[in-house]
Amino acid sequence: MHEILDGAQRRTTEWVALDPLESWAQPMAIWAQPMTWETVIGLEIHAQLATKSKIFSGSATAYGAPPNAQANLVDLGYPGVLPVLNGEAVRMAVKFGLSIGARIARHSVFARKNYFYPDLPKGYQISQYELPVVANGSIDIVLDDGSVKRVGVTRAHLEEDAGKSLHEGLPGVSGIDLNRAGTPLVEIVSEPEMRSAKEAVAYMKKVHTLVRYLEICDGNMQEGSFRCDANVSVRKKGAEKFGTRAEIKNLNSFRFVEKAINYEVARQIDLIESGGTVKQETRLYDPDKGETRSMRSKEEANDYRYFPDPDLLPVELDDKFVETVRSTLPELPDQKAVRFSSEYGLSAYDAGVLTASRELADYYEAVVRSVPAEPKLAANWVMGELAAALNKDGLEVGSGKLPAAQLAGLLKRIADQTISGKIAKEVFEAMWATGATADAIIEEKGLKQITDTSAIEKAIDEVMAKNPGQLADFRSGKDKLFGFFVGQVMKATGGKANPAQLNELLKKKLPG
Amino acid sequence: MTYKLSLTELSKGLRDKEYSSVELVRSFLDRIDAHQPTLNAMVTILREPALASAQAADRDLAAGRGGPLTGLPIVHKDLFCTEGVLTTCGSHMLDNFVSPYDATVVAKLKSAGAITLAKANMDEFAMGSSNETSYFGPVRNPWNTDLVPGGSSGGSAAAVAARLTPAATATDTGGSIRQPAALCGVTGFKPTYGRVSRYGLIAFASSLDQGGVITSTAADAALIMREMSGFDPNDSTSVDMPVPDYVAGLDAPLAGLKIGLLKEFFDKGLDAENEKRIREALAVYERLGATLKEVSLPNLPLSVPAYYVVAPAECSSNLARFDGVRFGHRAKDPRDLMDLYKRSRGEGFGAEVKRRIMTGTYVLSAGYYDAYYLKAQKVRQLIAADFKRAFSEVDVLMGPTTPTAAFPIGAKTSDPITMYLNDIYTIGANLAGLPAMSIPCGFTGGLPVGLQIVGPHFSEGKLLNAAHVFQRETDWHTKVPEAFA
Repeated sequence: MHEILDGAQRRTTEWVALDPLESWAQPMAIWAQPMTWETVIGLEIHAQLATKSKIFSGSATAYGAPPNAQANLVDLGYPGVLPVLNGEAVRMAVKFGLSIGARIARHSVFARKNYFYPDLPKGYQISQYELPVVANGSIDIVLDDGSVKRVGVTRAHLEEDAGKSLHEGLPGVSGIDLNRAGTPLVEIVSEPEMRSAKEAVAYMKKVHTLVRYLEICDGNMQEGSFRCDANVSVRKKGAEKFGTRAEIKNLNSFRFVEKAINYEVARQIDLIESGGTVKQETRLYDPDKGETRSMRSKEEANDYRYFPDPDLLPVELDDKFVETVRSTLPELPDQKAVRFSSEYGLSAYDAGVLTASRELADYYEAVVRSVPAEPKLAANWVMGELAAALNKDGLEVGSGKLPAAQLAGLLKRIADQTISGKIAKEVFEAMWATGATADAIIEEKGLKQITDTSAIEKAIDEVMAKNPGQLADFRSGKDKLFGFFVGQVMKATGGKANPAQLNELLKKKLPG
Repeated sequence: MTYKLSLTELSKGLRDKEYSSVELVRSFLDRIDAHQPTLNAMVTILREPALASAQAADRDLAAGRGGPLTGLPIVHKDLFCTEGVLTTCGSHMLDNFVSPYDATVVAKLKSAGAITLAKANMDEFAMGSSNETSYFGPVRNPWNTDLVPGGSSGGSAAAVAARLTPAATATDTGGSIRQPAALCGVTGFKPTYGRVSRYGLIAFASSLDQGGVITSTAADAALIMREMSGFDPNDSTSVDMPVPDYVAGLDAPLAGLKIGLLKEFFDKGLDAENEKRIREALAVYERLGATLKEVSLPNLPLSVPAYYVVAPAECSSNLARFDGVRFGHRAKDPRDLMDLYKRSRGEGFGAEVKRRIMTGTYVLSAGYYDAYYLKAQKVRQLIAADFKRAFSEVDVLMGPTTPTAAFPIGAKTSDPITMYLNDIYTIGANLAGLPAMSIPCGFTGGLPVGLQIVGPHFSEGKLLNAAHVFQRETDWHTKVPEAFA
């Protein structure tokens, strides 16, 4: 609270200190120096844990059931019912904590967060407050300039999700669907260490990658399985104290996170520069209008009256449990990227792209296993043609379209020079369209590269015979015509002449 | 005259075919009907289903089947959820609530063969010490119907005292089993916190609530507790420990039993006549070979203030679910959501419940949490430590259950603090989670006096043993108020 007052005071002092005669010039001076502001962002990410049943009841968590079909008496908050903790949710939260090098609390406590809302059946949400299960971790993100930035994770705690209020198609009334009530969430709270919307997105993507690697969250943002609240403030560059922050609620796509933060930063700077002050409040992002708007101010905020939930015992974890969970950790994205660089000779950037999802990394490695001599070729094709084709059709890697073995079949034919890289793109397109193997397409379309020296020589001889004028010009010093002859021979062979061999033979033959 | 028999005796009579379960159940139902206008002990009377169950029980008994309680009648305090039956918690808020499930306690007793006669009246949401906060009107004390029966399990205690049922379930958050048992002259037993499942018990203060039983004898309490107790996977705070055979241990000799007399219990607030009855009871124990020793629990005087922070805090949160949205009372024609909340809760809850919700909300609020809730929890730890120290010197603690005998209806309703002080001797056991009971030990001015026995965690067997041996030597527990004899 005093932080906010201090911030307001500091700004006031600055304005008052101006010479009144020069004050007209001040705004212009600021406009002329747009770089004087620094953005400060902290994210609270909610990841829905992929448990089969809810965190405190036996109801299923599957998405898309008819309203209230997956809500039992515990989820409905009936009189007399009690919560029982789902151990699997704890295991998943611990797994996440270990993956970010965090401290796993041997003693953590569930607390009640009290507030009234129709989609909150008990009138309180069971969450963790003073003693979360995970604390003090960190996540590395790669910035545009290639440098690595470490973002601190203050805590990650377990809690239950609320239900949903439904208004559409229900004139005059509101409906309540409690299927989601009690779904386990891990809330991952970052330090306010991100300095741009881009960094925030990079961080959120990294967390997204991580939870999917760990198989603790399906990462489905449309269904709300992975969403975040962004705390955004601005301060003068060099200032020590944070500005007053606004919290933007419920952002469920990377694009929205970036747009909402950028809008909010501009709004706050405009506000301050025009003499106003930022209010501490909760805001909502409207993706249609591309703006954030006030939802409730700090004064209207709830006093949640947290206290330890007497219905649940503290969660006591021993070293053995933690070590057992640790032994189930998969190779993590950062570790995998380092290995890809050293094992396959990939650039840090390529290794980063290929390890961005476990499915992509697994796909790449499956391709490389089939063409072990060509890891770079495989990387180029996976990140290039394959990624583009998937993107165009709106598909995910691992969707079943073009299995790794099939792409490997194509790369083998490039590697053994059956086809050129250019022809390979044509073959790829046909494979994508028909699902046939590379070999079948090469055979059917007669795309096999000509590597027979005598055949290429024969074609060269014919081209030379047909173009005596150009040949003479070349021989009299017009070196540029070399390309003309390459083109003519390629045309004559239907593009199938091995380019390297062709070059060599032309160099030998053209000079006469 | 079967109604004067204890549950243990009735069990034998049923097995010896002296009477059928239908006869037994009908005779108690008739007594309930006859005395309902005077005592108002019940909220719901389940004549037809009880008789149907009794018929089935008779078939089982004839076939040599059935459990330890088959064919025996019982009454449930109306905060235990009973499937398909109104479960009101003594409140307008739930006067239309038919539970879709059985509380674990109800299910266990049902599967042991017990037959539910009725649901007992109680203070609203178990908040009260006189049964005057019930939406369904006060219960009257069978010893003098101008007086309160105690609370919150007033219906259960009055029903057993008037022999409308041989046994009734009850709950004890700050004395709600022991205090009405004392005021009605019956045996009230509260086990260790966690010994009996709270699943299906509509919560007042989760860290203090504990289910137990009111009977005429300690042996009957042992019989019921043996069936009621045990770990429940639906209640994380229930304890996973085997349940001893409480009945088998009832007659163990008391020679060498070390009884602690709590100095703080024999204070200036204790009525002189009550104290005499307690001292007389202690003399009985000495004759039985027990030794007495005065012990002190220096932090015990803080128990009432600590309790009236912790219990309302938990209640303010526990009762948030009664919002008019899914079940219970719902205000008519709400203008908007806030109106729905305000009027549903405003109309549904009575004054004492509202007082505690407001107190609890206050003590949990930002800025007050440390000063009240946290401090109360620390006091609670100190009191628990005091008890632990005492139990390193003695086996059980004994003293009065209440400062005075039953008081007139209306005498204390205007001053909540005076009312709260009724629980001054009982609250400590709840704060420390200890088993405790009250047994009749004489009369003062024609009204019963209760002797309280408190033991260390999971010493249920020892308490029941100490109470049973006392009841072999005395007949206070067999006394029935004249109007109901």
